[in-house]
Amino acid sequence: MTRHDITLHVNGRRYDICVEPRKTLADALRDDCGLTGTHLGCEHGVCGACTIIADGETVRACLMFAIQAEGVELRTVEGLAQGNEMHPLQKAFVEHHGLQCGYCTPGFLMLAAGVLEKNPTIGDEELRDILASNLCRCTGYENIVKAVRAAAAEMGAAQ
Amino acid sequence: MKASAFIYHRPETIDEAVRLLGEVAPDDGRVIAGGQSLVPIMAFRMARPPHLIDINRIAGLDRLDTQDGWLRIGARVRHAAFHEGAIAGPTGALLAHVMRHIAHHPIRTRGTFCGSLAHADPASEWCATAAALDGVLVAQSTQGTREIAVRDYFEAVMTTALRPDEILVEARLPLLPAGTLTGFCEFSRRSGDFAIAMVLVTLRIEEGRIVAPRFTIGGAEAFPRRLAEVEALLTGAAPDMATWRVAGDLAASLLDPLEDSITSGEYRRDLVRALAPRAFQQACA
Ligand SMILES: Cc1cc2nc3c(=O)[nH]c(=O)nc-3n(C[C@H](O)[C@H](O)[C@H](O)COP(=O)(O)OP(=O)(O)OC[C@H]3O[C@@H](n4cnc5c(N)ncnc54)[C@H](O)[C@@H]3O)c2cc1C
Ligand code: FES
Ligand code: FES
Repeated sequence: MTRHDITLHVNGRRYDICVEPRKTLADALRDDCGLTGTHLGCEHGVCGACTIIADGETVRACLMFAIQAEGVELRTVEGLAQGNEMHPLQKAFVEHHGLQCGYCTPGFLMLAAGVLEKNPTIGDEELRDILASNLCRCTGYENIVKAVRAAAAEMGAAQ
Repeated sequence: MKASAFIYHRPETIDEAVRLLGEVAPDDGRVIAGGQSLVPIMAFRMARPPHLIDINRIAGLDRLDTQDGWLRIGARVRHAAFHEGAIAGPTGALLAHVMRHIAHHPIRTRGTFCGSLAHADPASEWCATAAALDGVLVAQSTQGTREIAVRDYFEAVMTTALRPDEILVEARLPLLPAGTLTGFCEFSRRSGDFAIAMVLVTLRIEEGRIVAPRFTIGGAEAFPRRLAEVEALLTGAAPDMATWRVAGDLAASLLDPLEDSITSGEYRRDLVRALAPRAFQQACA
């Protein structure tokens, strides 16, 4: 099947890749851009492991084709840390045991980052509702909520 | 879990899009809007469209505005666009409340109102909303543009009056009059899951009596519909628990419920009976 030359912009960097139209954005990020931080669980929109930020909005990378993301500013978990300095969310996940196996973590981090950037003072109920978008089989969620709350406080204080 | 191969088209005008769709529709070529239903079914190989026409770059389809008493929703308007405060009045409040029951936030940033109507899942909240408000859908093909009343639109599970060569370019909802009370309740096994029954009510109360009630069920039958018999019973009645219960009982008895391996028709009937008073209580709270 015909492949197409496309350019993706991820974490401020340009990736010139060649993909079939049927390749999902999540697969292209992993296989063609080498950005394996974005994980795939269900590949049909349910688990949220593949959540990334596209033009400022959190999206499921398994439910977009890579070719649709031409011209879109993409952000993945690889873009969160600044050099060796972890993002406040990443630090908070470590400190509050917001992860065990870590499979769901990139999706939760990007979900939380997208939401806190838009609404830094988000209420508890709404935050829980948003975090319910993604699945975690290890933590039981409480520590994820705690971690995101702590990061929100720190990010708010830093502003 | 990989989709089968397809040829990708990204038209920039609606004319180009309908021309392309006209060419590929006979081979099951399809429109992709939010992709939040289509991409999963392609991943499962339940659909293998050989052509996809991406409408996400067509200017003008992202319009969401009100004109002459109607809310006009373009084909690129996402679920998330209906957040609280986006649209004034009781219609805006209803849409914002209903939206929170559709999937989860990262799906609402992509999925579209018109895509939900095109897909016509029995459990679609937007389909129930469009039926409740007597919306009108605007379909365009190379033959021209036509309007389809939502009342005449649904035909069976995921089957509608939209032809394969037509693009749903806009949905229109008549705005509810000021002072209209609205309530929406659904039941699903987990939050964010597809609902197995939902009830949407709108009404006004004048001099202690119910005026202009609309009673709509969704998720429980092959497609959503208003129940005229329930509305007749409600008109002029007192807005109290006794009325809500009678309305719920009547709705349950009128139901032609969907049945599947986990949910029996009787269970869906019970859900409608239970959800109706809750929707009314919410409206009158
Ligand atoms: C995990 C998950 C949970 C979900 N939960 C819910 C839920 O609770 N309630 C709910 O209602 N939905 C739910 N959805 C589905 C979601 O709301 C979809 O966005 C919606 O059903 C389809 O809209 P779309 O824009 O994504 O359409 P697409 O997926 O792009 O298309 C769906 C179908 O409609 C056709 N189509 C789309 N737009 C047009 C158009 N303008 N003209 C002609 N044909 C068109 C396509 O060809 C395709 O056949 C869920 C999805 C996921 C992944
Ligand atoms: S892999 Fe995308 S939601 Fe599960
Ligand atoms: S930490 Fe293992 S799935 Fe979430």
